[in-house]
Amino acid sequence: MPQVVFQGSSYEAGGQSVLDCLTARGHAVPSACRAGVCQSCLMRAVRGLIPEPAQKGLTPAMVARRLFLACQCVPSQDLEVALADDVIERIEARVCAIESLNEEIRAVQIRPQGRFEYRAGQFVRLFMDARTSRNYSLASVPALDDALIMHVRRVPGGRVSGWIFEHLEIGDTVTISEAFGDCFYLPGRPKQDILLLGTGCGLAPLYGIVRDALNHGHLGRIHLYHGSRDACGLYLNEPLSRLAAIHPNLRYRPCISEGPSAEGYCAGTPLGVALEDNPDLSGWRVYLCGNPQMVEAARMQTFLAGAGSSEILADPFLPSGTEAAPAPNLQ
Amino acid sequence: MGLYEDLGGEPAVNAAVDIFYRKVLKDDRISRFFTGVDMVHQAAKQKSFLTMAFGGPNNYTGLDMRKAHAHLVEQGLNDSHFNAVVEDLGATLKELKVPDHLIAKVAAVAETTRADVLGR
Repeated sequence: MPQVVFQGSSYEAGGQSVLDCLTARGHAVPSACRAGVCQSCLMRAVRGLIPEPAQKGLTPAMVARRLFLACQCVPSQDLEVALADDVIERIEARVCAIESLNEEIRAVQIRPQGRFEYRAGQFVRLFMDARTSRNYSLASVPALDDALIMHVRRVPGGRVSGWIFEHLEIGDTVTISEAFGDCFYLPGRPKQDILLLGTGCGLAPLYGIVRDALNHGHLGRIHLYHGSRDACGLYLNEPLSRLAAIHPNLRYRPCISEGPSAEGYCAGTPLGVALEDNPDLSGWRVYLCGNPQMVEAARMQTFLAGAGSSEILADPFLPSGTEAAPAPNLQ
Repeated sequence: MGLYEDLGGEPAVNAAVDIFYRKVLKDDRISRFFTGVDMVHQAAKQKSFLTMAFGGPNNYTGLDMRKAHAHLVEQGLNDSHFNAVVEDLGATLKELKVPDHLIAKVAAVAETTRADVLGR
């Protein structure tokens, strides 16, 4: 009899769906239509074979993350499952470099002790202690970088970023989760055009995705727009300009949304400048990272401009709890 | 064969959902009901609605429809808005070259939800 393993317990599936099996045992799993349509009951397979009908209608990014629809999943063999965003693993990692990227953002490089799988653009949860953690996107690319690279912005009054800026040193050991998120490059459509919009350290995952795409020999256009209020908020201008100089399909546009315009920068928000350059986004894949208001506005505007809803991948950087300052409006 | 199969099943829903949702969002008569909604969840809901209207698998009940639209009825949702959605749905199917007699059937299925959607 196939077993469903969830949060350390094992249950006989008995021909039921994973959703029915778990809710019958009193577990709260979100659900709505129970017909495989609404995608409310998305879960993640940690181990075991996902029956094909359970991934019908999911985007390639979701399939790559081993997500499945619990209501449509009748296991034919043992299956260990988790809620889509639950942390399952904690991994030790050693800090191997810390570098200042601008006045408020640092690149922290860590080396996981042991095997660590991720895709460029995903994020990890970094634990300051057992209860305090924050999510940081990865700017590194598995095929290009030995270490994981996070871009950490010092949040005024932020506990974890304050700890990172004041106490974290090279050689320290930290605890991280496995990698999460569906904002990553998907090989397989090398001619598709790619638009990437980011604000602040939302550049981190985009920097990883751009380099991953180039490393895969992506042939379509790759247009990256990075925005901040002023030039001081931007970073990595030089390596990005260098990349754009050797890859004709890469366009890099740093955007400044406030104050006087400056040479080498576009005036406006990444979204505004991008839509001016490319008003028709039919067939494009879109990546959005950073300020949540920018991300939501851009999700709507790029969809209305023709990008398919399943082709828009977003990673809004939500402020954590009350201790973080409200995110600046950079849209 | 049923309506859902005649229309082409899930691939047909997938082809229609973005076109339909874009029309609805750009429709000045009804776009205000969609301001501030979470686009990801809304796109999934549009897909559920289209699947239902196409005669496909769904477990939605009249009560679900009522609950889901009650706050919009308070904001003034009425027959004219319902008609606008059905019109956008028809225009979507026309754009996808669905024959008129099937469009009429889809409209008829959508029509069965009118009383629940408008809370009557």
